[in-house]
Amino acid sequence: MLKKRDDFEDILEERRNSSDLRYALKCYTPVLYKGLTPCKVSELKQMVLQSDQLGYVITQVSKEKGMTTDEVTGEAAAILEEMAQRLQLSTVRFFAFTLSKVFKTLFRSICVNEEGLQRLQQAIHNHPVVLLPSHRSYMDFLLMSYILYTYDLALPVIAAGMDFMGMKVVGEMLRMSGAFFIRRSFGGDKLYWAVFSEYVKIMLKNGYAPVEFFLEGTRSRTAKSLTPKLGLLNIVMDPFLKGEVFDISLVPVSISYERTLEEALYARELLGVPKPKESTSGLFKARKILSEDYGSIHVYFGQPVSVRSLAESRVNRSQFNLIPRHIPTRPSEEILSFVNDSAYRLVRAQEENMVLKPWVLLAFVLLQKQAAEDKQGTALDELTEQAVWLRDLSRHYGAFLHWPDHIPPSEVVSSSLSLHRGLVRISEGRVQLALEQVGGQQVPGETRSAITPEEELLNQAVVILSCVSYRNQALNIFIRPALLASAIHTAASNRKQEIYNGFSFLRNMFSNEFILCPGATVQDFEEACYLLVKTGALQINQQEVLITERGHRTLAFLTSVLDPFLQGYQVVCRFLCEEDCLTEKQFIPAVRKFIIKHLLTGRLRYIEVLSSDLQKNALAALIRLGAVQKIKGGEEQGTLKLNKVMLNSLEDTLGKK
Amino acid sequence: MSGFSDNIMRLSGRMLSQYPAQRDWDGKLTRAPHPGIIPTCSIVTLSDNLPKQEIMKWNGWGYSDSKFLYNKKGQAEFTGKRYRLSGMIIPGLREWMESTFGANLQHKTPAAPILNSSAVQPPTLNEAFLKELKSTGIPFSHDAEDRVFRSHGHCLHEIFALREGKIGRVPDLVVWPNCHNDVVKIVELACKHNVCLMPYGGGTSVSSALECPPEETRSIVSLDTSQMNRILWIDEKNLTAHVEAGIVGQDLERLLNESGYCTGHEPDSMEFSSLGGWVATRASGMKKNIYGNIEDLVVHIKMVTPQGVIEKSCQGPRMSTGPDVHHFIMGSEGTLGVVTEVTMKIRPMPEYQKYGSVVFPNFEMGVACLREVARQRCAPASIRLMDNEQFKFGHALKPQVSSIFTSFLDGLKKFYITKFKGFDPNRLCVATLLFEGDREKVLQHEKQVYDIAAKFGGLAAGEDNGQRGYMLTFVIAYLRDLGMDYYVIGESFETSVPWDRVLDICRNVKARIVRECKDKGVQFPPLSTCRVTQTYDAGACVYFYFAFNYRGLSDPVHVYEQVEHAAREEILANGGSLSHHHGVGKLRKEWMRETISSVGMGMLKSVKDYVDPNNIFGNRNLL
Repeated sequence: MLKKRDDFEDILEERRNSSDLRYALKCYTPVLYKGLTPCKVSELKQMVLQSDQLGYVITQVSKEKGMTTDEVTGEAAAILEEMAQRLQLSTVRFFAFTLSKVFKTLFRSICVNEEGLQRLQQAIHNHPVVLLPSHRSYMDFLLMSYILYTYDLALPVIAAGMDFMGMKVVGEMLRMSGAFFIRRSFGGDKLYWAVFSEYVKIMLKNGYAPVEFFLEGTRSRTAKSLTPKLGLLNIVMDPFLKGEVFDISLVPVSISYERTLEEALYARELLGVPKPKESTSGLFKARKILSEDYGSIHVYFGQPVSVRSLAESRVNRSQFNLIPRHIPTRPSEEILSFVNDSAYRLVRAQEENMVLKPWVLLAFVLLQKQAAEDKQGTALDELTEQAVWLRDLSRHYGAFLHWPDHIPPSEVVSSSLSLHRGLVRISEGRVQLALEQVGGQQVPGETRSAITPEEELLNQAVVILSCVSYRNQALNIFIRPALLASAIHTAASNRKQEIYNGFSFLRNMFSNEFILCPGATVQDFEEACYLLVKTGALQINQQEVLITERGHRTLAFLTSVLDPFLQGYQVVCRFLCEEDCLTEKQFIPAVRKFIIKHLLTGRLRYIEVLSSDLQKNALAALIRLGAVQKIKGGEEQGTLKLNKVMLNSLEDTLGKK
Repeated sequence: MSGFSDNIMRLSGRMLSQYPAQRDWDGKLTRAPHPGIIPTCSIVTLSDNLPKQEIMKWNGWGYSDSKFLYNKKGQAEFTGKRYRLSGMIIPGLREWMESTFGANLQHKTPAAPILNSSAVQPPTLNEAFLKELKSTGIPFSHDAEDRVFRSHGHCLHEIFALREGKIGRVPDLVVWPNCHNDVVKIVELACKHNVCLMPYGGGTSVSSALECPPEETRSIVSLDTSQMNRILWIDEKNLTAHVEAGIVGQDLERLLNESGYCTGHEPDSMEFSSLGGWVATRASGMKKNIYGNIEDLVVHIKMVTPQGVIEKSCQGPRMSTGPDVHHFIMGSEGTLGVVTEVTMKIRPMPEYQKYGSVVFPNFEMGVACLREVARQRCAPASIRLMDNEQFKFGHALKPQVSSIFTSFLDGLKKFYITKFKGFDPNRLCVATLLFEGDREKVLQHEKQVYDIAAKFGGLAAGEDNGQRGYMLTFVIAYLRDLGMDYYVIGESFETSVPWDRVLDICRNVKARIVRECKDKGVQFPPLSTCRVTQTYDAGACVYFYFAFNYRGLSDPVHVYEQVEHAAREEILANGGSLSHHHGVGKLRKEWMRETISSVGMGMLKSVKDYVDPNNIFGNRNLL
């Protein structure tokens, strides 16, 4: 499991020692794709508008709508105008200068693996390249372009959500630094889809620039990877599948922030405080952020994945032989499942190379203590001991943990705590989450009635969810063993088959919550078994699974990892059982109210269940499993039809202890 | 044999009459042999069944007297007198071989010089069959050399094994029927005594079609059609000729030329391949744009099968009488019977012939030009587009120039194209053209084609380049033997593909070859090149050449086969066909089902089951 990973180099170090201006004006001559025919932004648009693909759709749409093809072409040109990037070196240089200043204020270091960048350079030379960074912050894509500029690599064009367009000046700036803008939803709009997919494909095929987009579709507010979106991946794989290029390199990039800029923002959003609309002025308000210390960023450029090797003996490419390739066709089941599996593989590749900081492990311990309603807090030396134990465990499970081994563990712990001092409270050598402080201006004299218990709970939840977002960074390391541990915990016997069944149930239940590739239950079970046996927690023979003496601690920890989710899903089931009529829109506010009630009465321990992310995932899982049915169309559009029998039985199974 | 009319022209053995004059200076043609081949007075008179291995190599391509070698000065030279290139020094070849393959004159891999008869397994003879065969008087032989000669085609692995003196399963007996009736007798006897028959024409197969199935336990009899080589009649009213199927391409053309006609069917193998072989593999000729492919040329076919003789009752030019039974025969690859006689269309010889060539700045423009030519349906007799690597290869094969003036002119041309016109010498590519017909029409046609080419950035590059391009077709097979003397192995393979995929397939297959070579441990970058050799309304035929230096590999042939296999997979994945004209044989059998569907396979199988239930024609090709 332990993988050899590349070393990091801090790119801010040079920025602190030499002129930013000179850096911004440096000679920039990136290596380009060997098959590139250079072309201008305007030529690119012409190529799209004149492509057979788009031409076909234009004719189709003009017939359907009774418009002339010129009119439809006009519409297409307008869509393209709204969408297209206008990458300009001067804007990039402007960003290179400004971002240098900003980054140096915000971060201690920005570390990148230079070997990965060398591999990327090779890949860019040989094949069209798709960059797939993880998405945790607005910062991500500026950061990516900044790094590529620094290393003299070809600047990417980036698929960005339309919401950025709202920010007048910034939107245009981003456009000029390579962003192109896509509407969030364009479901049935054939023309939009055709313009968009052709635009992306032409840039990719011609090697115009690496194409960058976020597999997860949006920023993950929880720091867990999101279930990958397939649309764009499908588009960029298409030129290979249809033989238009020999191969395409997909490069997963893992960006890990020691402290996320959006930390509290995300927590509020998950709790139902609506997210502020992206606006230029809003961004400048974020200036107070500039005064804080956000630690370091690690950016790991993963091994390029060849689409050709992914597809080998998986996809029969001759299925495209019988229809002209410019006619849009719905991808076959075979292709969809191939793209889906590839997407999961790539997200896992991102997860694998995420750098974890010691604080992530501390978050596990502190959250578990908090849920155990340990009001005393944890003694520093106990916290250190637990963290060291977790450090070793996570390393065994293959975590890419940056724990400075040359420093005594106690110092590692205290320096981590100090970076995240907003979230923890240390008094008399004991540490706990800073739940009371968050209410802020609580003057002792003031009456507590000014703040309702509900408000207090939500204030606490902001801290909890911020903390959860750090713990979540390591969840992917533990998830498979944790599912196994919970299955062992609930199973009535030691029989392997029974445990497997339990594992399979839980895995299925939580496949909207974690990155668990559909259809890979057996592999995941084997992986979990392998890890637990390797670390001596389990002994497994043909028939039975036995916990060893020293395994109890590991299993107890792993069970507690999954516990908030188990209880969360259970409470969602309970809620639905008690409801009669509910629409999808009403679901989140109603379930939140229900959960708050349960938390206040002490029937539920985990405040993190207030996260709307968990609630949405639970609902999606229940819909997938058929316990809830979403009515589409008609008067009852959006109504949830509830299968009470099934919900009850799921709740029981989840609650079996 | 006695019933034939007066206009039977008997080709007595291999005695070839002196070829008449060639093209004069302005392209006027009196008699039109092929550009590469210099007709020579043949040395050998083939008596009744003198085996043709006397004048042919037993372990390489073509005539024994013609081959490439490096002379004492280390210069490449082509020996013999048969070809335009014969007797010439080719100064650029050595450097090209060294730089393209990393080959070296010091590292030789010579072939076994003579056939070691003791390496050949003794024949498994069916005595009863043999006894009855003797009584018919049809010549036969079980001499080791005769048998080995007919045990293979020209796939790389076949020739490589021969050069190493490795002999696998070979036919047990060779028979030389002299006419249709002889074949009927042989097939009857084979059925009666359950021996396996394998028809043999020119032996130029590149699909493992002639390989004896190792699992065959019966006696295998090679049925050599070479003695059935007469034109039985010519019908000038209908412009048809009735010909015995064993006749070899160049003889057929020459004999028809004597009467002022031609078939115009000129596959690259026409020096050696036979009419029967063309029918059995669905052959295609270089000048198909004027004359058509074999299926367009054939009017009537006679084939002897275990169920009897199949033929149509009339020679109507087109019929609506159910599925055309000719199409069961064409492409049957010797699995159903022996084609004995064919009535073919003939044409008056063209009055005028002119070569030409066009240089394009890159392959993409070249393909676009060919597509436009096809769209306007104005393709010349032949139009071929070579990629940049092949252009360079063609350049390397330029013989030593005779005068300073020519070399000066060459330099000037090069300067004009690369410097003045700005063509990148590493990207430009060249199309070769052949026009045929009335002088006036040819010139008109030529202008039309050059005008189209100009729209795609094409520059006329002279007749010489064109003519040399076609000459290469004939000598390239000899070149492989030279390569094999110096650790270089290679092969060509072909496909047909819709127009919109031509560029994609060329790029992807070439890249796949390079990648597979690397993955399989080939130490030197391979030669991976292609050309578009035929244009159709809806697509084109693409030819790939692939060769590499195998020094350092323990099993080069296996590596070669893996790469070729991968290349074929790539062709199929990119919308190319399994074969345009080489056929399936045993080499490409594994892809037949996906190519023609299970139902299609069932249809072919049921025909085979009816026509040949005991698998007498047991070469196991195709299905």
